[in-house]
Amino acid sequence: MAGGPNKALLAEIASRPGRDTLTSVMLKWSFILTSLFFLAALLFAPLIIVFAAAFEKGWEMYIASFHDSDTLAAIRLTLTTAAIVVPLNTIFGISAAWAIAKFEFRGKSFLITLIDLPIAVSPVISGLVYVLLFGAQGWFGLWLQERDISIIYALPGIVLATMFVTFPYVARELIPLMQQVGNDEEEAAITMGAGGLMTFFHVTLPKVRWGLVYGVILCNARAMGEFGAVTVVSGNIRGLTTTMPLHVEILYNEYNFVGAFAVASLLTVLALVTLVIKSLVEWRTGLRKH
Amino acid sequence: MASFRQPSVLPGFGLTLGFSTFFLSAIVLVPLAALVMKTATMGWSDFVRVLLDPRAVASYRLSFGAALLAATINSIFGFVIAWTLVRYDFPGRKFIDALIDMPFALPTAVSGIALTAVFAENGAIGQYLAPLGIKVAYTWIGVVVALTLIGLPFVVRSVQPALLEVQHDLEDAAETLGAGRFTIFRRIILPTVLPALLTGFTLAFARAVGEYGSVIFIAGNLPMKTEITPLLIVIKLEQFEYAAAAALGFIMLVMSFVMLMSINLLQAWGRRRLVGWGR
Repeated sequence: MAGGPNKALLAEIASRPGRDTLTSVMLKWSFILTSLFFLAALLFAPLIIVFAAAFEKGWEMYIASFHDSDTLAAIRLTLTTAAIVVPLNTIFGISAAWAIAKFEFRGKSFLITLIDLPIAVSPVISGLVYVLLFGAQGWFGLWLQERDISIIYALPGIVLATMFVTFPYVARELIPLMQQVGNDEEEAAITMGAGGLMTFFHVTLPKVRWGLVYGVILCNARAMGEFGAVTVVSGNIRGLTTTMPLHVEILYNEYNFVGAFAVASLLTVLALVTLVIKSLVEWRTGLRKH
Repeated sequence: MASFRQPSVLPGFGLTLGFSTFFLSAIVLVPLAALVMKTATMGWSDFVRVLLDPRAVASYRLSFGAALLAATINSIFGFVIAWTLVRYDFPGRKFIDALIDMPFALPTAVSGIALTAVFAENGAIGQYLAPLGIKVAYTWIGVVVALTLIGLPFVVRSVQPALLEVQHDLEDAAETLGAGRFTIFRRIILPTVLPALLTGFTLAFARAVGEYGSVIFIAGNLPMKTEITPLLIVIKLEQFEYAAAAALGFIMLVMSFVMLMSINLLQAWGRRRLVGWGR
């Protein structure tokens, strides 16, 4: 035994048909079944329920639930918010990724931690901070009131709170990707006389565009679906300051389950589309994270 | 500037860093500072009174307890799922792999009402649990279920890449030397995956502590019993007790900071271990 590997054992392992012993097959299937069972209860059942409940009373009722001015107003507000938030956060994400991925400077990891902060902070706090700043009793409350500007319980507050929550998503997708592709081509372009913007659009962007696409799509999904932060700043004025997720809550609390799940089904489709695009992006870039 | 950053021929450092820090400060840092300042105006005795109010203490117990339990459940099942997705091939593997990110993309209000419908006493799963005397919706168990759903992708996505790092030849070598499955798992697989598993645990925990949307539908929201801390903050705001809301928010913010720091430390630890092994 002491003089090297056990030859009999080696031979025995080599004679196995792959690793498919009875135990390993049983182990494999118990792992697969445990996973499927867990996911079925926690993930698949809720997904199916959303559509089952939305269509419980048939197509007509489903369609009819969108012939409601408050529901349409909620959809419009959600689209408006996303249309403001997503471009701004995209510009921020690109800018932060360029500074962080292309340069070495002191305090970089601290900056990354700060950018990640909104992910760790409770969404309720993301809304609360703006109420403390711009609410009636907030730091600028009086000043805003005198000038008849409303931020809280109005669109600007909803936009700010949503921006806070979805702030990191584009940057987080781009930073690792831009670090991975390196600086050599950019440096070559600059030395040969290309300008900064030209280098970005012709050299950097083509290399990271799929990551950017996914970052923007994810940021959009989170912006349209944000609930906690928007609840705090919106004041829930029906038809005026309710976004789609808030409208889901109102309908649900009124026991209008078909209506609530109908709006929820739109948001679920948005989430599913986001995941499909994510899979496409990963397939395109061959950048499986595992 | 020269000592602040390493020289580079690439342009735009000042512009992009300046814009990023400005935007970060305007949207995130200044508002958070307002929270800290509001708390500071309270006076020490008021601050302590708000924090140690029995209703607040009960809410921490639920928020942190349920988050801890959910993160633990996620570590176990998240590991099993990550293992299944990395090591085994079965029909539908890619589909399931893609769906793991669902809680990430799905609005929390939607997962909240959907989970409530599934786990209510007459729901698809709740109706089988009710005869066993298990009530999920409108109890603390419902809170744990909601927090488990939203934390799951964090564990799976942290563990998956780490499992791929495990070197098969090490496992084969261990097997040749007569190690059993359990020994191989404990001595080779677990040490490689542990930093990632802990990172996933902490991420899931951090996210769960602050979660609001998916919980409030399924929790029942009874004061002292099924009321989470973020909901208590919302209630304080609705009663125009801004200072009390700020104080509770401040405590949660401090917790988030601590957890974010530990995540960074864990990741640094994980990288060091992997680099050390590469030599």
